[in-house]
Amino acid sequence: MAVKKFITGNFYDEAVLFPAVKKVRRAGYRIHDVFTPFPIHGLDKAMGLRDTSLHTAGFIYGITGTATAVGFITWALTVDWKLNFGGKPFFSLPAWIPIAFELTVLFAAVGMVLTFCYLCQLAPFVKKDHFNPRSTDDTFVMALECTDKTSESDAIKFLMDAGATDVQVQFKETGWWLGRYDKDTMRFEKKKEEVAAH
Amino acid sequence: MSLLRYESQVRPPLVDGDKDYHQITEDICRPVEARPSRAWWIGFLISAALLAFGILSVTMEVIYGTGQWNLNKTVGWGWDITNFVWWVGIGHAGTLISAILLLFRQGWRTGVNRAAEAMTIFAVMCAGQFPIWHMGRVWNAFFVLPYPNTRGPLWVNFNSPLLWDVFAISTYFTVSLLFWYSGLIPDLATLRDRAKKKWAKMFYGVAAFGWTGSTKHWQRHEALSLVLAGLSTPLVLSVHTIVSFDFATSVVPGWHTTIFPPYFVAGAIFSGFAMVQTLLVVTRKVLGLQDYITIEHIDVMNKVIVLTGSIVGIAYLTELFMAWYSAVEYENFAFFSNRLDLNSPYGWSYWLMMGCNVLSPQIFWSRKMRRNLTVTFFMSILVNIGMWFERFVIIVTSVYRDYLPSAWSTYYTPTIWEVGFYLGTFGLFFTCYFLFSKFFPVIAIAEIKHILKRSGENYKEKMDVVENEDLNKFSAEQTGDHH
Repeated sequence: MAVKKFITGNFYDEAVLFPAVKKVRRAGYRIHDVFTPFPIHGLDKAMGLRDTSLHTAGFIYGITGTATAVGFITWALTVDWKLNFGGKPFFSLPAWIPIAFELTVLFAAVGMVLTFCYLCQLAPFVKKDHFNPRSTDDTFVMALECTDKTSESDAIKFLMDAGATDVQVQFKETGWWLGRYDKDTMRFEKKKEEVAAH
Repeated sequence: MSLLRYESQVRPPLVDGDKDYHQITEDICRPVEARPSRAWWIGFLISAALLAFGILSVTMEVIYGTGQWNLNKTVGWGWDITNFVWWVGIGHAGTLISAILLLFRQGWRTGVNRAAEAMTIFAVMCAGQFPIWHMGRVWNAFFVLPYPNTRGPLWVNFNSPLLWDVFAISTYFTVSLLFWYSGLIPDLATLRDRAKKKWAKMFYGVAAFGWTGSTKHWQRHEALSLVLAGLSTPLVLSVHTIVSFDFATSVVPGWHTTIFPPYFVAGAIFSGFAMVQTLLVVTRKVLGLQDYITIEHIDVMNKVIVLTGSIVGIAYLTELFMAWYSAVEYENFAFFSNRLDLNSPYGWSYWLMMGCNVLSPQIFWSRKMRRNLTVTFFMSILVNIGMWFERFVIIVTSVYRDYLPSAWSTYYTPTIWEVGFYLGTFGLFFTCYFLFSKFFPVIAIAEIKHILKRSGENYKEKMDVVENEDLNKFSAEQTGDHH
């Protein structure tokens, strides 16, 4: 990850944002991301993002939990230390359903949340660059990534025509680094010079 | 466009007043960013004092053993397990609101889900105290876990409902916490980006995990919420089912009942909704959130209370019928002599339970009563008293006179330390709730914004189809190169 050049524009209404996303993509610009204060259904599709596979991961974690519970209890009660509980069979599967179920849910939930945090790079003390702090309040912020082929002035004009306000050029770090939000820290000290050079 | 989908005009708005996205942020963040009021400090200090008394009571019990409680020969589970079941039950409403109503696409849940989920977590924390400290030698509490030990290893009994409880309650707590916190992350990011004070920037910065609101992240967040809701739904039903198994799989008359699982789950939701009402009637007023937790919300939750209260009522009657129909003299004795008979030592508690849980909620058939805040608040307290007595009746009246009359206990009354322990969990619960309401947004900000244009008062009339183009078609044609 590195510092890149972006052109950002603010939107305040989904009804303007959606046609703008389509227009921008039709014109061939690359949308780095759209930052929104709440989930907007269909925006991921309009931006051409593929569906998440988090569900599949959850399913795999779930069956791992089931297998762990049934496997371990079977081993503990029928192989390792057989105990006679009221003359019932050692392999008494119906009595293990509750624990097998609980472990299924536990593994699936914990696994999914950890995977979610890993994929989105979320953790305590993780810091990321923001294009606009209002994007967690009421502003939809669209960031276009500039390549060497991009004409800056054309892109700015295009975004404004699409309904964006406050269109500007920003240099931002796309990765994350360890830091706190009450201190102005960059990923590495070098990065400051890099930003200054632009 | 799916975003502005049609909704019947008959449905009342879920967000009152002329709001926009920024106004929502302002309204919900205001109590968090303002200095705590005098009322907050008084409430917090009372809770902390109760908690301190609870800690003293538990300390007494740890030093001198469970002999500090008035448990006796036949009443081995008294207030302690009653309180455990009561608190666990209260927790269930939070999961019902956050998970089951999400699956059923009930838009109104967004106003109340955050506070209800927090209530779940705090209630389960309180519930967990009871079985743990009831162990007496609490330093051996880890014996309930299946870990390789030097006694064989001798494993825990996986066929026992008490062990199922260990797994159920700990899983329930973990999953509820993850569900609640993953929902909180975007709202904490909102607070972080608004923060002016240094400590707030740091605290919310750390707590928000570096959330940015990227579309891809929201897409995953939505998927995560939906699957966690799907997992929590059977989980919440399983938890109280397993709690009821603690009783139902025994052979004690009064406990040995096959209707316990659905009956306990309904009772749990019943008492949980009552607790949600107790908290929210006060919270919305004190924090000035009447536009978000509207009379509509109170009304809907009162409907749930009358429904679940009636289910519980039917369960009580079914129990009585089955006791009579079984023609088992011990069952008859447990139900008709020890409970129904007002002249029996605990007859009063049975009728108190009947009055609070079955008769009193019937007042909510009246729309006027459902929308009356004073009545709602009073009823919510009454229901929780009734539900506490339900567990007390089930536990104590089933065991205080067993098969051997010479072992019949004297009248079981709690000691000051048993009562203190119970009051202490109130202290724990409300201390946590006061801290939560001060430092976290009590309403899910992002979720309210998400439903605003569908259910906000000033948007409902202006709803229109903005765009008809098929997104799939658009996605398919977008394969060109970028410049």
